[in-house]
Amino acid sequence: MTLPSGARTSVDSDYAVRLTNVVKQYLADGPVIIDDLTLDVRPGEFISLVGASGCGKSTLLNIISGLDRQTSGEVETSGPPSFMFQEAALMPWLTAGKNVELALTFAGVPRSERRTRAEELLSIVHLERSYDQRPHELSGGMRQRVAIARALAQGRSILLMDEPFAALDAITRDLLHEELTRIWIETGLAIIFVTHNVREAVRLSQRVLLMSSRPGRIIQEWNIGGHEPWRLDSPDVANLASVITDELRREIMRHAS
Amino acid sequence: MPVDQSVDTTTPSDLKTLEAGLDNLETSGRPHTSAKSYLARLLSPLIAIAVIIVIWQIVTSLQLQPDYILPTPRQVWDALAQQAAQDLLWQSALNSIKRAGQGFIISIIVATPIGLALGFYPKLRAILGPILTGLQQLPSVAWVPAAIIWFGLSDATIFAVVLLGAVPSIANGLLAGMDQIPPIYLRAGQAMGAKGFGRIWRIVLPAAWPGYLAGLEQGWAFAWRSLMAAELIAVSPALGPGLGQMLDVGRSLGDMALILGAIAMIMAVGILIERLIFSPLRERTLRNRGLIR
Repeated sequence: MTLPSGARTSVDSDYAVRLTNVVKQYLADGPVIIDDLTLDVRPGEFISLVGASGCGKSTLLNIISGLDRQTSGEVETSGPPSFMFQEAALMPWLTAGKNVELALTFAGVPRSERRTRAEELLSIVHLERSYDQRPHELSGGMRQRVAIARALAQGRSILLMDEPFAALDAITRDLLHEELTRIWIETGLAIIFVTHNVREAVRLSQRVLLMSSRPGRIIQEWNIGGHEPWRLDSPDVANLASVITDELRREIMRHAS
Repeated sequence: MPVDQSVDTTTPSDLKTLEAGLDNLETSGRPHTSAKSYLARLLSPLIAIAVIIVIWQIVTSLQLQPDYILPTPRQVWDALAQQAAQDLLWQSALNSIKRAGQGFIISIIVATPIGLALGFYPKLRAILGPILTGLQQLPSVAWVPAAIIWFGLSDATIFAVVLLGAVPSIANGLLAGMDQIPPIYLRAGQAMGAKGFGRIWRIVLPAAWPGYLAGLEQGWAFAWRSLMAAELIAVSPALGPGLGQMLDVGRSLGDMALILGAIAMIMAVGILIERLIFSPLRERTLRNRGLIR
């Protein structure tokens, strides 16, 4: 299955996202939220950012997306990214299909093509039968799948995900992991996935970055490489996850005193 | 061949079936409670009306008051029938509804940009918000003498009073609706590249709709009330008949039956508009958004 034509912008640069010495402070004399962060994300790469609460993961995504601005440093992207939140954030006055069409509208897709395009996008997340259902009639997992379809509808080459599966039950989350991996392979999106679930990060991504808290910096990085989709309960995932979790705990303990 | 336990072997079709199963389990497919039929919606207030008429009939049959003070239901009915025979009843009612409707639509056109502007610019709101609320508190009948001096006994007077009644309610309703928009919808819109008019039309107004609708409903009630006050005071052959004028005719003739008949008509129009327009709109809005089942 391929993404509907025109739904992806071509990337010529050798990075999808390039952050150079990014600093974020909300107040000039306030705490440094993100400190001198430098990071390259290649086109089509799937990376995860893990860290304890308050490490500036979400702030970083907001900065990359343009919803927030860095205090200093440079943020370059190969194009505007699309964004998925912890909540599906579907418009409750629109059906699932019309929510996808809304994104197509803002992406400049002509009216006559929107319906067909929205149906194709919904079928990518296996929700072709839910076109006319309202968000409140869908389960949490279904809502997040509509949100994935809506993100794809924006035709961007970068997808930012801010703990998108944190509020889902374990079975649904497991299925959405597989779904996301499949979509990532099919679309070649660069994905930056923020989570505090280390196993989730290891299972999904090619690279896991551990962030420190206050100030937020990248303190360690694990390259997993282009692997087959892993099972969440596989020993490989468990082994690496426990290594990263130990590091994460050390980082949290540093804040005890 | 050894099976690699760590690699996910779920095939795409397995995944699709798994998801379909989970989707069906998690959405119970509860049926929509179908909207009560239009007819039932219209007829249910009749029960209360019937009870009132029965009590009224009993009270008048006790003859505690002379009928020029408290006429019987039958006399009120006859007074309305007499107006109807002269074609005055429907003409008055239609005239009033048309005026209120036109005034209401102009009010929406005026109030919506005001509400949006105040919602988007907090500084402007700090300056103008209290005045808007003050206008909403002020009974718009207070404007009638001023309007008559400014515009004479013309339609302009009547529309001015209707607008001063309805605009503040509609603008304030829209403002309240905008205040209650969950920020996540605006962020999602921003992430999708929504800006300018598209953002207002496709995100802000629909998101603010529940509050806006409440404002519209209140605005209509104020428009209708203001119109009756204006028609009652600004009486002129140039303005043509209206339900407010009918009240004035009843007062000048000392015809209590006609006065009560006109009051009944004014209420009936109010109930009809609420039942036929606002109540279905409100229910649809709540049901679509999952706020009622």
